[in-house]
Amino acid sequence: MQLFPCPFCGPRSESEFHFGGDFGNLRPEGSDVSASEWSAYLHLRANPKGSSSEVWMHMTCGELFRMDRNTVDNTVNSSAELEDTHR
Amino acid sequence: MTRHYSALSLLKEGLNDQRGWQKAWRSPEPAGRYDLIIIGGGGQGLATAYYLAKNHGITNVAVIERGWLGGGNTGRNTTVVRSNYFFPESVALYDMSLKLYEKLSLELNYNVMLSQRGMVNLAHSPNDLEMAARAVNAMQINGVDASLLSEAETRDLMPLYNDSPTARWPIYGSVLQKRAGTARHDAVAWAYARAADRLGVDIIQNCDVTEFIVENGRCRGVRTSRGDIRAERVGMAVAGHSSALAAKAGFRLPIVSYALQACVSEPIKPALDCIVLSPSTGVYASQSDKGEMVIGGGLDRIPSYGQRGNLPVLEHIISGLLEMFPSFRQLRLMRQWAGIVDVVPDSSPILGESPVPGLYLNCGWGTGGFKAIPAGGTLLAHLLATGTHHEVSRPFDLDRFARGRLIDEAAGSGIAH
Amino acid sequence: MTSFRIGRQGEPAPAKTIRFSFDGKDVTGLEGDTIASALLANDIAIVGRSFKYHRPRGVWGAGVEEPNAIVDIDMPSAVRNARATTTPALDGMVVRSVNAHPTAATDRHAFLDRFARFIPSAFYYKTFMWPDWHWFEPNIRKMAGLGILDPTAISVERADQVNEECDLLVIGGGPAGLFAARTASEKGKKVIICDDGFHFGGSLLHRQANIDGGDGPAWIAATLNVLRDRGVQLLARTTAFGLYDHGLVALNEIRPGKASSRLWRVRPTNVLLATGAIERPLPFANNDLPGVMSAEAGLSYLRRHGIAVGRRVVLATNNGVGVETSRELADAGIEVTLVDYRSGRRLMVAEGSKRVAGVKLSDGTRVAADAVLVSGGFTPTLHLFGQAKGKLRWDDDLLTFVAGDPVPRLSAGGAAAGSFGLTGVFESTARALASFGLTPRAMPKIVGRDTDYGIVAAWPEPNMSGRVWIDLQHDVTTKDIELAARENFVSVEHLKRYTTLGMATDQGKTSNLNGLALMAQLTEKAIPEVGTTTYRPPFTPVPFTSLAGVTSGSLMNPPRRLVLENEHFAAGANLREYGGWLRPAWYGAEPEATAINREVRQARDSVALFDASPLGKIEVLGPQAAEFMDFVYYNTMSTLKAGRCRYGFMLSESGIVYDDGVLVRLEENRFIVSCSSSHVPGVYALLEEWRQDRFDRKRLFIHNTTADTATLTVSGPKSRALLEAVGLGIDLGDKNLPHMATAWGSFGDDTVRISRVSFTGDRSYEISIRADRAKHLWKTLRRRGEAFNATLLGLEALMVLRAEKGFIVIGKDSDGMTRPMDLGASAPLAKKTAEFIGKRSLFTEEAQRPDRNQLVGLEVVDGTQPFAIGSHGVESTPAGKRSLGYVTSSYFSATLNRPIALGLIERGAARHGEEIDVQHLGQIRRARLVPPCVFDPSGDRLNG
Repeated sequence: MQLFPCPFCGPRSESEFHFGGDFGNLRPEGSDVSASEWSAYLHLRANPKGSSSEVWMHMTCGELFRMDRNTVDNTVNSSAELEDTHR
Repeated sequence: MTRHYSALSLLKEGLNDQRGWQKAWRSPEPAGRYDLIIIGGGGQGLATAYYLAKNHGITNVAVIERGWLGGGNTGRNTTVVRSNYFFPESVALYDMSLKLYEKLSLELNYNVMLSQRGMVNLAHSPNDLEMAARAVNAMQINGVDASLLSEAETRDLMPLYNDSPTARWPIYGSVLQKRAGTARHDAVAWAYARAADRLGVDIIQNCDVTEFIVENGRCRGVRTSRGDIRAERVGMAVAGHSSALAAKAGFRLPIVSYALQACVSEPIKPALDCIVLSPSTGVYASQSDKGEMVIGGGLDRIPSYGQRGNLPVLEHIISGLLEMFPSFRQLRLMRQWAGIVDVVPDSSPILGESPVPGLYLNCGWGTGGFKAIPAGGTLLAHLLATGTHHEVSRPFDLDRFARGRLIDEAAGSGIAH
Repeated sequence: MTSFRIGRQGEPAPAKTIRFSFDGKDVTGLEGDTIASALLANDIAIVGRSFKYHRPRGVWGAGVEEPNAIVDIDMPSAVRNARATTTPALDGMVVRSVNAHPTAATDRHAFLDRFARFIPSAFYYKTFMWPDWHWFEPNIRKMAGLGILDPTAISVERADQVNEECDLLVIGGGPAGLFAARTASEKGKKVIICDDGFHFGGSLLHRQANIDGGDGPAWIAATLNVLRDRGVQLLARTTAFGLYDHGLVALNEIRPGKASSRLWRVRPTNVLLATGAIERPLPFANNDLPGVMSAEAGLSYLRRHGIAVGRRVVLATNNGVGVETSRELADAGIEVTLVDYRSGRRLMVAEGSKRVAGVKLSDGTRVAADAVLVSGGFTPTLHLFGQAKGKLRWDDDLLTFVAGDPVPRLSAGGAAAGSFGLTGVFESTARALASFGLTPRAMPKIVGRDTDYGIVAAWPEPNMSGRVWIDLQHDVTTKDIELAARENFVSVEHLKRYTTLGMATDQGKTSNLNGLALMAQLTEKAIPEVGTTTYRPPFTPVPFTSLAGVTSGSLMNPPRRLVLENEHFAAGANLREYGGWLRPAWYGAEPEATAINREVRQARDSVALFDASPLGKIEVLGPQAAEFMDFVYYNTMSTLKAGRCRYGFMLSESGIVYDDGVLVRLEENRFIVSCSSSHVPGVYALLEEWRQDRFDRKRLFIHNTTADTATLTVSGPKSRALLEAVGLGIDLGDKNLPHMATAWGSFGDDTVRISRVSFTGDRSYEISIRADRAKHLWKTLRRRGEAFNATLLGLEALMVLRAEKGFIVIGKDSDGMTRPMDLGASAPLAKKTAEFIGKRSLFTEEAQRPDRNQLVGLEVVDGTQPFAIGSHGVESTPAGKRSLGYVTSSYFSATLNRPIALGLIERGAARHGEEIDVQHLGQIRRARLVPPCVFDPSGDRLNG
């Protein structure tokens, strides 16, 4: 059982968290978004083998945050509140 | 040397102290050039090599495997084969596969132990039963065997199922596919490897692809830990690691890798004849010929390339199983493991040319690649040999995502993968 | 073999006698016996049959590594495939051998062994293909398996599960573990120490020692006293079976007298592996005969249970520890012939038919013996190190794998670190502790020197004569491994899977290294080049019950309960689970259909009371609330006036309808999202996600009030009259509170919110009240309702009422492909300029396809029976049948006195009036496609 560090609640069991996708996968906006741009946002994933920057939600407090971790050995390197710039 | 497998040859070799058997496959050194290369020596890749030789007469082919053949998800699954799918596109694919499975042992002269003991998808509520009817009718219309069973008919197939009035997951009925069953997973890989090797395919184990050779925007081969290997076209069938390989070729896929775990109990005498799946818990179980209960469930919900299962999901799976079969409380867990699966938004595979011309994809099988090995191999072989889609693989092209034409079985039928 | 009880030296008083049965025979033992020790004391040589050839097998070991002595226990509680060597013998126990019929001694399948040459490893891949595997499989299945499940033995006892943290978890309670626990506890650390034996002490329980001026048992007792004083948690009979991500260690504790064991989930800062080592067999012909045993086990049975494994014992060893064992046995008065491989003499053949009678040595001499003890060296138990992704390193002196590069927070000491003498055990443990920053105050003082381990290679070799067994349970011989090599199954995983080496219930604890060593020779590699297989949990089999804990029955995915559940029960409600909630399906003792029809008619004729409490009530507040609602909903919501309600869809980013419901605008900056009851957690997460992603978290807030608030719906032509009789403190007239308006009222001292929202098509009022005050309101509604012929309305009747109106239930009348346009809601797509979730996805080629499945009504053309839900519309084409979509809702409408149905049918919205075939389980019927709403299409009854 992994322990994820919620920046607001501290370390909590993995079962309290929900994976929210790649960090930095920004939503294309506007009326001229092409089908492939939109599909890339919706579907394409970095899915890196190794270091990964991700957005997670701590379901019990409802907060989104960024977590950097390793997808091979499952170590967590850091977690942080989302910056305003990501909004 | 004894090449052909039969009861007679076993008898003969029994008198010869088993000394005359030929190698199941060679261990060749890689050549610098082949007509075609397949990355990934699992079931899908080995089947592709076999069908290239058999269906298209192309034998100057290399299968490149990073570790030992059959060591990925082919050797880590719960061995279920079935074609109880909802959409015509899926049925065309998976029933093609099941039909090939039905002839496979004789065709490859290797007993893959296809055991069609039937698969039962339970309905635990009136609503489940309505969804079951929707699924059965879809399958019957699409030409797949399926029946809607009553509670009593379902219980006849699994007398040990919980019959307590307070059972959390009561039986209201079920969907039965009689032709579904299991096949011995390792044997499938070995059978294809042996057959492909006989037809001249080079299976190169312990050979890691480090990068792609791309010239004028076209894939022309691979760099490996054992030297450059060039070819006209390259196919990849590396379930679980598709994104990592795609990154080396410079593109992303609509895939997230997750660990899917499974476990077995200690072996006992026969206690469960069919394969049973509960939609409420995602737990499914069957008993192997060796007597072990083979148990699977949902994904570990954390993207991962670590081939190991975690404890919470295991506990969830086992508690679900015991609620279904209370007498299994006498059993113990013998082994737990995990495979890394490609999870695609619509849980359907991706077959077709990649964004890099000359590189073809066979990936995205999610939790269900094993049952599709014969079809996946046939279709990737067709793509590699002809450069064009087989009619069965066309709907599964990567372009379906931009078009929005997903083939989402869960959306249509409620059958879990 | 003639094993017997000689009693233990210095035993204070004889233990209590126990009696149990094995294969129907009476067995007498002493309290403290394992099943295996009791069987040995009764000179029962054959305790089981091997998996494949049904060879007679005796007890091999004294611990978890046991490959042979596997038994089923029927009494006192049913356990399958128990290891006799680790299971306590209890008075009255009923024990049976496995895989043998009728008994292990007289197994009728013993003849199979005569055909062994024809059925080597993996033979089944080479035959049984013609005509078909199905011809052979049933009989093979019957032959396979070990224990026999008892369908009637269903223990109800639920296992404990305990979560614990500590500074140091010591796994193994032998000298290394006890020393480590003592050291850590003297520094004030919180320590847990576990051992899979019944007693702490490990090898000190059977090997002679002099530590700190006393013998082994004295040192154990003194150390345990210290540990107890310091509050160290001592867990005997407890196996650490798995090491999981982020340092979680899972332990299973067997509890005496309990049918279930206990699961410990421990999060230690550091883990010390003091797990000892497992003795390997020696390869020689017939080394599987009953009476051939681990030397360490032989000594253990002598010292722990007072049992001599034979009168004339041959002890063969390739290492100094084995020599020491022979000395200790001889000291106890047992006649021992030592075969020391280091002096060049080797054991070649064990002789005897069903039990060992003697041996033949490499120099040609024959020695009569009734027991043969063997020590082929020791393999450190590093399974958990392997599970922690630790890499093993080959040690050329010890001829085994040892822990390689250190793994953070995990160290091995004692025999697990390759120290096989007591001085070395304590020294290596001290080194391991040093890696955690722990230094012992004093090292234990040992009298005497460690025996020189001095192991010489005695691996199985190619072309050995006779049958030399590697994996005892799975019947893998050297010839099988040679066959695998011949056929190019040379990678270690191929070897394992092809021959099944190491895949039995013992998971190869005694066989893996011998098998690897032979493969190394066959492929002309060094052993480490062949590699090792992956260590996977569990170390030893774990009861399913431990893993399940209390999670069963209603504690598994517990259904949510209505605050008024008791009221519904009292009113005769039949409860069913809907979307995770236990809700009234219908009321009364009448047959289901009768009750539903009655409720439907009364609802249409007079008034119905419905408990709608699970309905989502998520408040959205703040200056950005209106903008947020526009983004979240497909429909434009910012134009909604305060005090008004609007129906709308929420989409996923893929443009799929995720939920529908009514949005209430209470005030300018305050909304209530009424989402489907089963979607509340999902909608809440979705709102939070977008709030945080693109809105100002200081100007927008979300608050889920679903559980705090009960909602009672009053619907029907007499609903207003009933509520006026009840009195809600406001004017309920259509002017003050028109359809799709909301207002505050009161009931007694409580404020209530009243919304004119209808899911039945009739005039309806939804009254939301503090959940803890709902009972009084409900009772008042019922009491006053009698005068209006009110009915209690279950969910089944509600489903009919809403289907008559063509109102959909998301997830039932929509699926994972449904876009809002498919449900007839195209206007927002054409008009709405603001961005919203899923917008772009509504413009893909797929979303704009003309032949999509669309919501439509289906009228039964042939007969009076409703269509089955799940029937498909079908069309015949030259290529065969084709599905046109399916019936999603279908009922008998008591209002219209005919069947009605809704479905998602290809181009359905454009085909009203057409007839199609409808297929269910092969039967074809006819349906006419009609508008979804078949009752009161003008909507007059909303204000009726």
